[in-house]
Amino acid sequence: MPDVNLTVDGKKITAPAGSLLIEACKSAGIEVPSFCYYPGLSLQGACRMCVVKIEKMPKLQTACTTTVTEGMIVATDSDEVRQARKAMVELLLGNHPLDCPVCDAGGECELQDMTFSYGASESKFIETKNHREEQQWSPVVYFDRPRCILCYRCVRVCGEGMDVWALGVQNRGVSSIIAPNISAPDQDAHLDCEECGMCIDICPVGALTSGAYRYKTRPWEMNHVGTICTHCGDGCKTTLGVRRCDTGAEIVRGDNRDKSGINGDFLCVKGRYAFDFVHHKDRLTEPLIRKNGKLTPAAWEEAFELIGTRFKEIRDHDGGSAIGVVGSNRTTNEENYLLSKFARSVLKTNNVDHHRTADYPALAAALQGKPGKTASMRDVLTAPAILLIGNDPTNQHPLLAWQIRTNVRLRRAKLYVINSAPIKLRRQATAFAMVPAGAEAKAVAFLAGDDSLLDSLVSDATNRDAWIALREKIRAEQNIVIAFGSELRGQDVAKLVSFAESLTGAKLICLGDYANSRGASEMGLYPDLLPGYEPIASAGKFQKEWGDLPVEKGLSLPEMVEAAKAGKLKALYVLGSNPVGRLGIDPFVLSKSFVVVQDMFLTETANIADVVLPAANAYEKTGTYTNTCGDLQLVKKAGEVSNTKPDFEMIVRIADAMGFDVSGLVPFGSGTHSDMGQSRGAQSGEADRHAVWLEAHNLEPKMTPFDPMAILDEIQRVVAGYDISRVNLLAGNDQHLEIAESGASAIQPPELIVPARDDLFSSGTLGRYSKTLNSVFENKSAVPEVAAD
Amino acid sequence: MRFSDEFETRFAEMLTHYPTRRSALVPTLLYAQDEVGRLSDEVIAELAQRLDLTELEVRNVISYYSMLTTKPRGKYTVQVCTNIACMLRGGEELLDHCKKKLGVGHKGTTADGLFSLEEVECIGACSWAPAVQVNYDFHENLTNAKLDEILDEYRKKGTQ
Repeated sequence: MPDVNLTVDGKKITAPAGSLLIEACKSAGIEVPSFCYYPGLSLQGACRMCVVKIEKMPKLQTACTTTVTEGMIVATDSDEVRQARKAMVELLLGNHPLDCPVCDAGGECELQDMTFSYGASESKFIETKNHREEQQWSPVVYFDRPRCILCYRCVRVCGEGMDVWALGVQNRGVSSIIAPNISAPDQDAHLDCEECGMCIDICPVGALTSGAYRYKTRPWEMNHVGTICTHCGDGCKTTLGVRRCDTGAEIVRGDNRDKSGINGDFLCVKGRYAFDFVHHKDRLTEPLIRKNGKLTPAAWEEAFELIGTRFKEIRDHDGGSAIGVVGSNRTTNEENYLLSKFARSVLKTNNVDHHRTADYPALAAALQGKPGKTASMRDVLTAPAILLIGNDPTNQHPLLAWQIRTNVRLRRAKLYVINSAPIKLRRQATAFAMVPAGAEAKAVAFLAGDDSLLDSLVSDATNRDAWIALREKIRAEQNIVIAFGSELRGQDVAKLVSFAESLTGAKLICLGDYANSRGASEMGLYPDLLPGYEPIASAGKFQKEWGDLPVEKGLSLPEMVEAAKAGKLKALYVLGSNPVGRLGIDPFVLSKSFVVVQDMFLTETANIADVVLPAANAYEKTGTYTNTCGDLQLVKKAGEVSNTKPDFEMIVRIADAMGFDVSGLVPFGSGTHSDMGQSRGAQSGEADRHAVWLEAHNLEPKMTPFDPMAILDEIQRVVAGYDISRVNLLAGNDQHLEIAESGASAIQPPELIVPARDDLFSSGTLGRYSKTLNSVFENKSAVPEVAAD
Repeated sequence: MRFSDEFETRFAEMLTHYPTRRSALVPTLLYAQDEVGRLSDEVIAELAQRLDLTELEVRNVISYYSMLTTKPRGKYTVQVCTNIACMLRGGEELLDHCKKKLGVGHKGTTADGLFSLEEVECIGACSWAPAVQVNYDFHENLTNAKLDEILDEYRKKGTQ
């Protein structure tokens, strides 16, 4: 649209026609205060803080609802405007309790800021304030009614943003109140919702507060670390509020108010509250060694020595093929790469696998040499059309669902949903087609032109004509984003890719379940694939970096179990994974193998291990994550629990205990940025202080073999697609990786994919140990029982 | 839940008046309240479902309008206006008189369930102030004596 010219406070500015005056002012660096206006949500015009004087218009106008017009002359800071704002703040404070000293929002409250900037120093009101006791609306949402200034942001973000509609406004005028959706006399009213906490986050004051955070600390007493959420595969940025504590550093809050990252200010219940597994009382903080049949606390050195000796014995005696390695979906790319390298070059085995939740190798195989065919999470927000096949993003990929809803709402994107269940996103869909369970692949073949399958797709919910109409519509779309769940595997993914190629500008997203499932896949945690989907047969590049590698295809996880049954698997090394609990492996099968488990908790798998090493989680280490779309982001250390170690360090320590020269594993000390502090004035010769200095300046110390950045150097060198801008990465930006440059990949047996089937309130092992998720979940399951009584 | 045939006919007709179902909410609430006496949880759930709204949305609307109520009222709701025109011409005295005569206060209901009393904002009868609305009927240019007659009339009608 053409720009229009206007004058604000005597300054000539231009803004795109149709833009709101408040936004035009903001872009020109002129602040117009507001409470109720929130970018992306519908206009409210309730708070009257943004009033400005526009020439030739009677009275003051709200800048948040006025669109710019040619020649408009605006005053945002006249005496009249200042007086109006002052009166507004005075009215808002009329019934506000001013309990700032004990309010959670104190220090980061918009009402405080506005009062400071625009308010009066005195008030004409002498009336008694209406006090109401605070209410608990859910395990995580509290409402303190007198603090509320009725901006309705919470109502709008819950309804428009989340499509939950759990908050409303009741009564009228001065007696208006925000009300939750389950009505009951006063203190018993509560919420039945997705517990995302968006309402708390968006509340400009302390009216809505978080059960997890309230009264714990003051905002200025925390350090804030922007890192990536460790729950689902969407890769939301979460800013963790961290405070010193007895056992290291405690995480007290998660949010993303700075709107950095691919998720803007969005976080779901897991990202916002479920960091509390970190401090669960069952967290392992000592290595455990099985002695006389019992797991007994031991020293780190003893554990590493035992593992090193046993691994070496087994490798030298029975060969590397007698050792199995199971990687994690929640460790960093650096750890996954290091594990892949460690397994192949130190343990000499290709028996490497992980809990697979999506068929990324099939996508890599189908897209090899075809650049620009995958969509980033940001693309979902701007694509003109989205096709969703399988999966239930509302539960399994909350950010993806948010992006889709926002795109449909603000940009009128068309959403086509093909699913075997009436998932919630159908409410945003232009067309929803119901397939019989397991027939998603047939739907893809039908879309691609195979009419013979139409009969098997038709049902009462979606008839023949609807299917044909859907196909016509999708075929007419340009630049469509196609997201598919684990329902499509192997050849079906190839079919979908070839259908996508028949459309103009179509891009794909493969949906996997855990925070770094994609990373685990790309770093070669497969028995027949090396990092970058390089088949083991074409290991040339890696042989140069890693030395001699085993050439035979290794065993997949089920094959390892078979080998263990046959007594051929002498050792199993499991990192951050719980195959016994998650994949239903009979624990007795592993009783004769030497099992080493690195985990945070005594999982079903750790329970049968010979050695258990207490691991740090993603909130306690540095590295990178690749989300399910293929966006690479930096994971930063926020919390710390003493006497746990990152998996990275443990792998290196085990290699060292096996007598392996660790400089061959981690290229430390030779990084391009490292000078060991010898040349830098006051820091010269003080390597430790220099490391502190480097870290403080977001630079990368590569002075120890435990530095993941040294491995990132190597990943960038040898893993196809990972050659991204390091500056952008360190600055906290997401970068989309190109999968097309990957190796030839290999078709994987589809039955090895076991979806996690997590919903909003579960998150594998992490969810089991999150008190908040459990309390929300118990609250949910308790409600119907109460109703039945 | 079941409504009368008359309600159903009016409801079906009402839907044809608006481009979206939700727009029929306010008149439908009035019809339902006339029939049931109040907007019970059951009525709210039923109408929310019929009009494709959440129960919360229905409650939001009910709480906004003073003519709608979720609590039981008497057979006749006496709404006395005390806004400026009525106030100047004796509205407040009328209200006091009602309070004395009926023995209940604002939003109270008589023990026999016949009358509810309510002080309301402007009912749009300023030209004939002071005015009182009883259910859907207006009574204007009132004095205490006139109001007594009117209330007695209703009492007679109600106890017949």
